[in-house]
Amino acid sequence: MNKCTERLYNGLIKENPTLVLMLGMCPTLAVTTSAINGLGMGLSTTAVLVMSNLMISALRKIIPDKVRMPSFIVIVASFVTIVDLLIQGYLPALNKSLGIYIPLIVVNCIILGRAEAYASKNPVLPSIFDGIGMGLGFTCALTIIGLVREILGAGTAFGFKIMPAAYEPFSIFVMAPGAFFVLAILTAIQNKLKLKSATNGDAPVAEEPLACGGNCSECIGNVCTANRGLLEQIAEEEAAKKADAKASAKKAFPEVSESAAAANGQQEGGNK
Amino acid sequence: MKELYNVSASPHVRSGVTTRSIMRDVALALIPASAMGVYRFGFRAFLVLLSAVVAAILSEFLWNRFVIKKKQGFTECSALVTGLLLGMNLPASVPLWMPIIGSAFAIIVAKEFFGGLGQNFMNPALAGRVFLMICFAGRMTAFTVDKAADGFDLFMNGASAVDGISSATPLAVIKNLEAGADVCGAVSLKDMFFGFTGGVIGETSALCILIGAAYLLVRKVINLRIPAAYILTFAVFMLIFGGHGLDMTYLACQLCGGGLMLGAWFMATDYVTSPITKLGQIVFGILLGLLTGVIRLFSNSAEGVSYAIIFCNLLVPFIERFTMPRAFGTVKAKKGGAAK
Repeated sequence: MNKCTERLYNGLIKENPTLVLMLGMCPTLAVTTSAINGLGMGLSTTAVLVMSNLMISALRKIIPDKVRMPSFIVIVASFVTIVDLLIQGYLPALNKSLGIYIPLIVVNCIILGRAEAYASKNPVLPSIFDGIGMGLGFTCALTIIGLVREILGAGTAFGFKIMPAAYEPFSIFVMAPGAFFVLAILTAIQNKLKLKSATNGDAPVAEEPLACGGNCSECIGNVCTANRGLLEQIAEEEAAKKADAKASAKKAFPEVSESAAAANGQQEGGNK
Repeated sequence: MKELYNVSASPHVRSGVTTRSIMRDVALALIPASAMGVYRFGFRAFLVLLSAVVAAILSEFLWNRFVIKKKQGFTECSALVTGLLLGMNLPASVPLWMPIIGSAFAIIVAKEFFGGLGQNFMNPALAGRVFLMICFAGRMTAFTVDKAADGFDLFMNGASAVDGISSATPLAVIKNLEAGADVCGAVSLKDMFFGFTGGVIGETSALCILIGAAYLLVRKVINLRIPAAYILTFAVFMLIFGGHGLDMTYLACQLCGGGLMLGAWFMATDYVTSPITKLGQIVFGILLGLLTGVIRLFSNSAEGVSYAIIFCNLLVPFIERFTMPRAFGTVKAKKGGAAK
């Protein structure tokens, strides 16, 4: 696969920032009260992401390593300001419904994550496509969440009434708890279908095929540990094989999912 | 001789108590209050209870069969109790799809998603009630009773106001009273005790709930710690902050009104979502009493039992951690040093 299309596929499906990497949860949960809000948020983030990836990738040899974070923030913040002012000028309705979440794109972890893990180590063109892929992945996820919440919670889709008149909207879905329900169920479906993703054992099948694709929730205490070791081993081998920049991009994400898993583990321990 | 030397692992003496027998006892204890609800609100109330119970059992069965593919479709009787409690927490006037959706939510989202029986972090019946409460606030607070309605319309739209008894709940009446006004004139304590007021199906009659609670206490299914701490704390809170001084009628109305009795005896005492330590159970009861009082007095709604209970359910792990008794033979750890 061509490197640029590979980046698009990676962002849209394999490492989808919302449903697989669980990044950028704050806007995901807060602004997806309707499909159009999700779409607007996703597209503005995509615009910022593409421009900041471009700029950071172009400046990657000039920015000293020690001050890279402040530099990234300055670059991202400039683009966010531009997008914010453009939306205020041309789309006042969207600006009103998204509110503070547009300026908050500055601290969206998808943008900083891509800058740190990919754009600062790769040439300009793949970085742009990485931004497009990740941004579109985020946009798709947000639009789907917004659409489901809008249909269930208000009976409309993109503002058009689609449910029969007898349908009584479940207003909980346009409130905060509904965002958690919809996100959790979409992620569960993604896991259940074992769509090819970074967390679903997408790695090449070894001599012994994985019994469960790395989904450990079903089999705690038996083959799970062995499988997990196998997965990690494969991931390491793959990372070692591809000594180019892509390896470092991949490495950043097991850490993220591991720390998320650790946090979950703590919570479970607390419940007991 | 062989039997004499038979070696087996402990425990060697078992009580006959099983989850099934406990759940059966709880279901039996709920009968007086539900019967009173059906007597008071008519056949409709029975339909609401029935659809809640059937939907709860059915959703557990479907989940076990088709999602996690367990051979055994039913786990004990807990779905029955969940469905019954949820039905008792709904007004009799709701359309019948509401108990069905509520039960499905209670069983699937609040219970099975978290691992099924014994793993839920929140009382499923109350989770279902609160879900419906947030979704359909209007229908959940309309205590209109209609004794004559026909099939499909009843299912879709619920009871209409025609030919019905429409009344505010006594708690709402009390809440809207001015401070110092005569409580006796506004509501009848006798009606509240015996259950001839407005409200959800299972909460109106304090007497019937107490009969059920007494049965559970005699059978040792529940103990007094949580309900007593809950009700006492709530009573003290109401005496101090209620604004009616030592007016015992007001206090009794607050105790008999709303879901306090049903919540304190049947829902706060749920084994899965209450602390296991003795001290923890008392702390849990006190927190419940305080929260219920705060919500009833200082928030917009007249009723706060369900929110208080599900909120305290979330605190149970912390309560248990801080009240865990010291193991026999160990010394209390000193500050800054490890236990020896």
